[in-house]
Amino acid sequence: MPAVSKGDGMRGLAVFISDIRNCKSKEAEVKRINKELANIRSKFKGDKALDGYSKKKYVCKLLFIFLLGHDIDFGHMEAVNLLSSNKYTEKQIGYLFISVLVNSNSDLISLINNGIKNDLASRNPTFMNLALHCIANVGSREMAEAFASQIPSILVAGDTMDSVKQSAALCLLRLNRTSPDLVPMGEWTARVVHLLNDQHLGVVTAATSLITTLAQKSPEDFRTSISLAVARLSRIVTSASIDLQDYTYYFVAAPWLSVKLLRLLQCYPPPEDAALRSRLTECLETILNKAQEPPKSKKVQHSNAKNAVLFEAISLIIHHDSEPTLLVRACNQLGQFLQHRETNLRYLALESMCTLASSEFSHEAVKTHIDTVINALKTERDVSVRQRAVDLLYAMCDRSNSKQIVAEMLSYLENADYSIREEIVLKVAILAEKYAVDYTWYVDTILNLIRIAGDHVSEEVWYRVIQIVINQDDVQGYAAKTVFEALQAPACHENLVKVGGYILGEFGNLIAGDPRSSPLVQFNLLHSKFHLCSVPTRALLLSAYIKFINLFPEVKPTIQDVLRSDSQLRNADVELQQRAIEYLRLSCIASTDILATVLEEMPPFPERESSILAKLKKKKGPSKVPDIDEARWNVNGNTEHSENTEPTNKSSPPSLMADLLPTNRPRPASYSPTILSAGNMAPSHPFTDLLNLNSSPAAGASLLVDVMSDLSTPAPTTTTTTPAATDVCEEHFSRFVCKNNGVIFENQLLQIGLKSEYRQNLGRMYVFYGNKTSSQFLSFSSSVTSSDTLKTHILPLLPPLLTVNIHTKPVDPTVEGGAQLQQILNIECVTDFSDAPVLSVQFRYGGTLQNIGVKLPVMLNKFFQPTEMTSQDFFQRWKQLGVPQQEVQTIFKAKHPMDTDVTNAKILGFGVALLTGVDPNPANFVGAGVIHTKSTQVGCLLRLEPNPQAEMYRLTLRTSRESVSQRLCDLLSEQF
Amino acid sequence: MMRFLLLFSRQGKLRLQKWFTPMTEREKKKITRDMTTMVLSRQPRSCNFLHWKDLKIIYKRYASLYFCLAIENQENELIALEVIHRYVELLDKYFGNVCELDIIFNFEKAYFILDEFLMGGEIQETSKQMVNRSIEASDMLQETMEEYMSKPAF
Repeated sequence: MPAVSKGDGMRGLAVFISDIRNCKSKEAEVKRINKELANIRSKFKGDKALDGYSKKKYVCKLLFIFLLGHDIDFGHMEAVNLLSSNKYTEKQIGYLFISVLVNSNSDLISLINNGIKNDLASRNPTFMNLALHCIANVGSREMAEAFASQIPSILVAGDTMDSVKQSAALCLLRLNRTSPDLVPMGEWTARVVHLLNDQHLGVVTAATSLITTLAQKSPEDFRTSISLAVARLSRIVTSASIDLQDYTYYFVAAPWLSVKLLRLLQCYPPPEDAALRSRLTECLETILNKAQEPPKSKKVQHSNAKNAVLFEAISLIIHHDSEPTLLVRACNQLGQFLQHRETNLRYLALESMCTLASSEFSHEAVKTHIDTVINALKTERDVSVRQRAVDLLYAMCDRSNSKQIVAEMLSYLENADYSIREEIVLKVAILAEKYAVDYTWYVDTILNLIRIAGDHVSEEVWYRVIQIVINQDDVQGYAAKTVFEALQAPACHENLVKVGGYILGEFGNLIAGDPRSSPLVQFNLLHSKFHLCSVPTRALLLSAYIKFINLFPEVKPTIQDVLRSDSQLRNADVELQQRAIEYLRLSCIASTDILATVLEEMPPFPERESSILAKLKKKKGPSKVPDIDEARWNVNGNTEHSENTEPTNKSSPPSLMADLLPTNRPRPASYSPTILSAGNMAPSHPFTDLLNLNSSPAAGASLLVDVMSDLSTPAPTTTTTTPAATDVCEEHFSRFVCKNNGVIFENQLLQIGLKSEYRQNLGRMYVFYGNKTSSQFLSFSSSVTSSDTLKTHILPLLPPLLTVNIHTKPVDPTVEGGAQLQQILNIECVTDFSDAPVLSVQFRYGGTLQNIGVKLPVMLNKFFQPTEMTSQDFFQRWKQLGVPQQEVQTIFKAKHPMDTDVTNAKILGFGVALLTGVDPNPANFVGAGVIHTKSTQVGCLLRLEPNPQAEMYRLTLRTSRESVSQRLCDLLSEQF
Repeated sequence: MMRFLLLFSRQGKLRLQKWFTPMTEREKKKITRDMTTMVLSRQPRSCNFLHWKDLKIIYKRYASLYFCLAIENQENELIALEVIHRYVELLDKYFGNVCELDIIFNFEKAYFILDEFLMGGEIQETSKQMVNRSIEASDMLQETMEEYMSKPAF
C-alpha cells in the first residue's frame, strides 16, 4: 500500500509543516508563519506566472496556516484559478481551499460558480463530484440560486453514474436545508422515491437521507416511500450476513441503511395497509429477535452496529406507539441493557426508556425497573450516565412512586456533581409539587432542597413554595412551624432566610401561641440573620417586620427601634433606606384599622403554570423534557376534583401581584407600601378571572368577550382571520381524541406540543412552540380560526422567562434557537360542533416565510362530564332515547389489537364514565356522560360490542341530539 | 445530520475540522474550545456520548487522537460511533497503519478521504471498497489526466 507521500507529495509543504512542528514557542511559530506568508505573497504578486504545481503548493500552505488558526486575507483568487486547471489534484486543492475558507458573502462567488458550472457540465464523474461537494460544503444562497434547478435532473437522469447520483442526492439535501424555497418539488420527486429500489446500496443510502428530510417537510408527496422502505428493510433484515458484500459491516447487514430506513418510517404513522403493516411488524420482530442471538463476532463494532439498528427500531416502535406487544418487548430489551456491562448501552437504555415512559402502553413496564435505575444513580462512575438516570426517574415518576423517587433524588443531590445540581433541584421541585398528596410533604421537600443545595435553588423554586403556601390554607401553620425550626440552625442558607422571612411575616401568628415561638422570639430569630444577608433579602426582611407590627402590636416598639436605627435610616442602599423610612412612618401615623388593611395577608395567587417547569425546559431545550401524563400545574390545589367542590374564588386577586414578591423589582420612588396588601386593589382584573377555570361558566363567558377587546397588542400577534392557503396538518389529530397531551405537529424546524384541560363547556389549551433549530424564528405569529359554535381565545400569557423578547418587541417577536414559546388558548363550547379550529402559525426562518396550519384537537367529546349510573337507570334512559334519529350505529373492522385494557383506557379517555356490570354481556363496554355546551347539556349513552373472531366492533350511540350522536360516533369509531 | 467532526490530540491540538453547517470563525473556535475541554476531561472508560446544547457529542479515542462528532438530537449514537470507526479504517487503509503524523503531514488527503465518505452531514458511501476505489482512482488521475481527458467521458 502507498506510503505517506503518495500520488502527489508536495515537498515544500512537508518541509514547512515540519518547520512549524519544530518551533519551540508560539512566538517562533508566528514568526515562521509570517515569513512564509510574505514569501507566498511575493510569489503571487511576482511578475513570473506561477505554474499549476506551485500555485497548488502555496494555496495548500495557506490552507494549512488557516487551519492552524491564523487569519488568511489573500490567495482566494489563486485558489479560484486552480478550479479551471485540468489537473485533477490542482482542481481538488482549489475546491478544498474554497470549501474551507470561502464564506457565502465572498465577492468571488460568481467566479467560483463559473468553475462549478464548467465541471458540472463536463460529464466527467470525478469533476462533477468535486463540484457537487463544493456546493454542499459552501451551500450559500447564491450557489443554491445558480444550481438548485439543475441538480434534480442530474440526480434522476438515467445515464448518471452511481457515485454522482450519491453526491447529487446529498447536495440537494444540503440545499433543501438551507434554501428550501429554491428546491421546489416537481416531477423529479416521484423518481427520487424509486431510488429506494436502486441496485446500488450506496445510492439507496444517500437517497434515503434525502427522502427523509423532504418527507419531514411534505409527508404527502413522499407517502409512496413507505412501502418501498418497508420492502427494502425487510430484504436487509432477512438477508444472510454475507449477501450484501461490502455493505455488511462486521457481520451486520447494511447497518447505516437500516438505520436510515427506520428513521424515514418515523416520518409517518403506522402504515394503514394491513399487509404492509404486518410486514413491518415482522421486520421489527426480527430485529428484536436478533438481539437475543449470540453475537457473530466479539468485536465491539459488531455489537455497536447491531444495537444501532435495534435502538432505531425501538425508536420507531415508540414513535408508532400502537403495538402494545412490541412496546413491551422493547421495554424488556432496554431493561436487559440497563444491566449490560457496556457503559454505552446502559446510557442509551436509560435515554430510550425516557421516551418509552411517556407512552401509556409502556409506562407501567418502565416503572418496574425503578430499582435498577436508582442503583444506577448510586453506582455509575460516569456523570453523564447518572444524568440520564435522573432524567428517567423524572420521566417515570407518578403518584405511586413519587415519594421514593423524590427521596432518592434528594439523597443523590447531597453528592451530585455541581454541573447537574441545578437541574436536579428543578426536577425535585416540580415532582414534589405535582405529586404532593399533602402539602406538608411538599414544604419539607423544598426546605430540604434549600438545605442541601441552597446555592442551586433558583428564585423560581422559592417563589413557588411561597405561592403554594399562600394558596393552601391547611399548610400555612405547618410551614410557619417548619421554617421557624429550620431557621434555628446556626448557619442557614440565605434562600431559607427569604422563605422564612416571607412565611413568618404572613403566618407567624399561627405559631405565636407557643411561648417557644412567641412574636419576640420570631423577630429576634429573623433579625439575627439580617446582617449576614444581601440587600434584596434585607429588604424582604424589612417587609416582614412591618407585617409583624400588624400581626403583633406587642413587638411594635422593638421593631420601630430597629427601623429607626442609623444603620437603616441612613443605609447606603436607597431601597433599604426608603423601606425603613416608609415603614417607620406608616407604623407611627396609621391607625390600627388602616394598618390592618394595608398589611393584610397576601391574597391567593392565580393559577398558572409553574415557572419552574419553564425554567427546566429552557435549560434542557424543549424536546428534552419528557411530557409526563396529565401535568397539572395548579397552585389552587387539586383541579382533578374541582367539579365536586365549590369554586375557590376568594376575591379574585389582581394578577399584577402574581409575580411580585416585594424585593425583586425595582420600583419607582413613589411606590407606596400600600401595594403590600392586595386587598386594596379590589376590582378584579378580567385577565385573572379568565385563567380561573373554576369560576362559573356564565361569568367566564362574559369575561371572555371583555378580554378580547383588551388585547390590543397581544405578544405573539394573534388575530382571528381565515387561514392562509397552506395545507392544514391533520396527521396527529385523531390520536388526540382519547388523550389531551402530546405532540400535534412536528417538522424539521418546529414542534408544536399541546396540553389541555377541560371543565364543563370551558377548556384551556397550552400550546408549546419549540424551535428545534439553533437559529431564531423571526416575525413569529399565530392565529386560530374556528366556527361560531366554538369560541377560541388566545391569551398571550407566557411564563416570564421565555417572553422577554416578545414583550419588548411586540412588532417583531422572535423565538430563539432551541427555545420554547408558550401560548394559552381558552376555549368555550357554545353549542355542539364538528369542525375543529385551525391553528395557523407563521414565522420567518433563514429568510423564508414558513406557513403552518394545524388542526387543533378540540372535539366535541372534550366537553364530556362522565356520569355514573346503575344498570337500571342506564336501561331506562336507553329506552327513553328510542327515537330512530337519536341513535347512530356503526360496524367497523378493528385497526388495532383488541385488548380490553386498552379499550377501557380509550373509552375513559373519550370522556365518559365506564359502567361495569351494566351490560349482560361482560365483554361489551358501556359508557355514559353529559356533553356541556354553553346553551345546553346533552346526555349521551354508548355501547361498544367487540367481536374478536371477526375482529370487528359494533358501536352504538344514543343522545338526545342527532348531530351529537353522529359526531361522537365518527370520532370514537376511528379509535379502535 | 452530523453538524461537525473534529480531530484533536491529547494536548488539545486541532488536527482536522469539518463543519457541515455554515459558522463564523469565532463560533468555530468557541466550539472547538468547548469540545476539547469537555472531551479531554472525561475519565477513561466513560461512555462515548455527551449532551451539549441541543446536540449529541460522540467521541472516541484512537491512540493519541480524539475523534469528536456532533450529531443532531434525534440521531442514532451508536451508528455515529461507527461512522468514526469507519473513517479511521479508511485512513488506515490509505496510509497503512495510520498515525497522527500522517494526518498532520497529509492533512489535505485526510480531508479528501472524508469528503468521499461524508457529504453535507450525511453518510455518502458506507462501503470501504467503494471509497478506497474512488480515492485511488483520483490518485491515479494525476499521472493519467492528459490521457483521461482525451478519452470520451463515459
